Amino acid sequence: MRKPGKQKKYTTMKKREARNFYIYTAPWLIGFLVLTLYPILYSFYLMFTNMNLTGIGEFVGLDNWKYAFTDDTLFRRAFLNTLKYVFMFVPCSIILAFFVALLLSKKVKGLGFFRTAFYIPYITSGVAVTILWGWIFQKDFGIINYILSLVGIKGPNWLGDKNVAMISIVILSLWTIGNNIIIMLAGIQDIPQSYYESAQIDGAGSLRQTFYITLPLCTPTIYFNLIVTVIAAFQVFQQPLILTNGGPLNSTYTAAMHLYNNGFLYGKMGYASMMAWSMFAVIMLITIVVVSTSKFWVFYDD
Amino acid sequence: MRTRSQKKTKQMARILTYFVLVIAAVICLFPFIWMVSTSFKPMSDIYSMPPTLIPKNGTIENFVEGWKGANFQLYFKNTAVITFLATVGTVLSSSVVAYGFARFQSRLSKILFMVLLGTMMLPTQVTLIPQYLLYYKLGMVDTIWPLIIPSWLGGGAFNIFLFIQFFRTLPKELDEAAKIDGANSLQVFTRILLPAVKPVMLAVLVMALVFNWNDFFNPLIYLNSNDKFTIAIGLQFFKGSQGNVQVGQMMSMALISLLPVLVIFATCQKYFIQGIKMSGLKG
Repeated sequence: MRKPGKQKKYTTMKKREARNFYIYTAPWLIGFLVLTLYPILYSFYLMFTNMNLTGIGEFVGLDNWKYAFTDDTLFRRAFLNTLKYVFMFVPCSIILAFFVALLLSKKVKGLGFFRTAFYIPYITSGVAVTILWGWIFQKDFGIINYILSLVGIKGPNWLGDKNVAMISIVILSLWTIGNNIIIMLAGIQDIPQSYYESAQIDGAGSLRQTFYITLPLCTPTIYFNLIVTVIAAFQVFQQPLILTNGGPLNSTYTAAMHLYNNGFLYGKMGYASMMAWSMFAVIMLITIVVVSTSKFWVFYDD
Repeated sequence: MRTRSQKKTKQMARILTYFVLVIAAVICLFPFIWMVSTSFKPMSDIYSMPPTLIPKNGTIENFVEGWKGANFQLYFKNTAVITFLATVGTVLSSSVVAYGFARFQSRLSKILFMVLLGTMMLPTQVTLIPQYLLYYKLGMVDTIWPLIIPSWLGGGAFNIFLFIQFFRTLPKELDEAAKIDGANSLQVFTRILLPAVKPVMLAVLVMALVFNWNDFFNPLIYLNSNDKFTIAIGLQFFKGSQGNVQVGQMMSMALISLLPVLVIFATCQKYFIQGIKMSGLKG
């Protein structure tokens, strides 16, 4: 039996601890309520209104959705382009990052140099390097087409051909996956050396070790990279805006650009909120698919 | 005989590994070299075929003209102010909040922690429009406030999470010992826990510096007047006003805008790598 005095002391301590919890997490709590929770609820309401940039408008029911699926041909176009980008970029980036990390894990000399080289494009990714790639992709004087011409290939109009422009944006994005490489490398280096040693005793070659040890044991890292990359890729905005401004013929016009244009260029905040929620829905859907299939391909050591 | 051929394939594999890595490194670095090269070329060199890597008639005219062509000095100053204020806010508020999560409990602390993790998955678009309208009503559109306030209110779920993970590795006995010596909970944080997670602090610091310096989207949304532009917006604006005509000037200004990031990276590379590795931990 506890004495009542002790019980009381216990609860005051609990209270003090709870008070401290709220004092120290207050900045985030305020930020969460004002800049996350309230905006989520409000934007849900907004998508049923025709609110403008200054917050004036009225309830219009499902009009935004109706317009999106009937008259706004760019809505469908933007989503299809974004999906095209996601399905080109995400698998390529995961495979490439794993492959490069695998090579780096082979006890190479100059690891520091290579890691720096792969990481610099990621750290500098922004307007400056996007503009730089605009010059590199230039059809007549760009360096890529010059190099291609040396081996007798006539390079495409990278940013001006509607069939190629999205591929160019994927190439630029693949250039900036240094962080994925480093995360993958850390994942590979975490694999206990003893696994490889026993595989060697059993006579497994390097290729078999990769497929039967490294790849399976790296799947948790790949899984993590996959989810983060999908979510980020679906929001692609800066590269197409600066490189092509959505062109040519809207072939690189993405969902995030459609949201930005409607909201901040045309002042249709209600419609932009509808865009935001449809993007969120598609992202959630893809994430759920990835998560629900994970039990078939993600291996956990324990 | 067999071991010999095995040795040979092993050697081949090794050569191939280096070959692929060197090619990849060249692909990663060459664009920057090309950027430097173009920056120092006069117009006639830029558009001459075949192109040369070393400028034949090297000039710094692009830098001089580009710098005068737009308000770059002002853009630099604006970016530096925003980056500084946002970075300080990020480091301070994310570490304080993490301290609260890692060391204290209340009835809601577990749920709130799940909420914190959940916000990491939330695409920014969902909160963007109401946030804008909120800042608009507060008269903060076209000021630096919308670019700084979020940093002081938690500074991003991911940074908080990083700190929490590392605070949790520190034994609670450290806190208890300090409390016996008469330290209050704030002193426990500033004198005991924070110094113990210095590497995390530096990782968050350098990543926040680079993120804020490079940020394009938020300044694009919130800043309208030329004299408030950051370097990212200024560059985009400069490109729009020059079209593709002044490639040399564009490259030279882009190069200058990258210098601070490259300097930070060169001096603090260790902490970047640490930060990235830690970010993989949550998988």
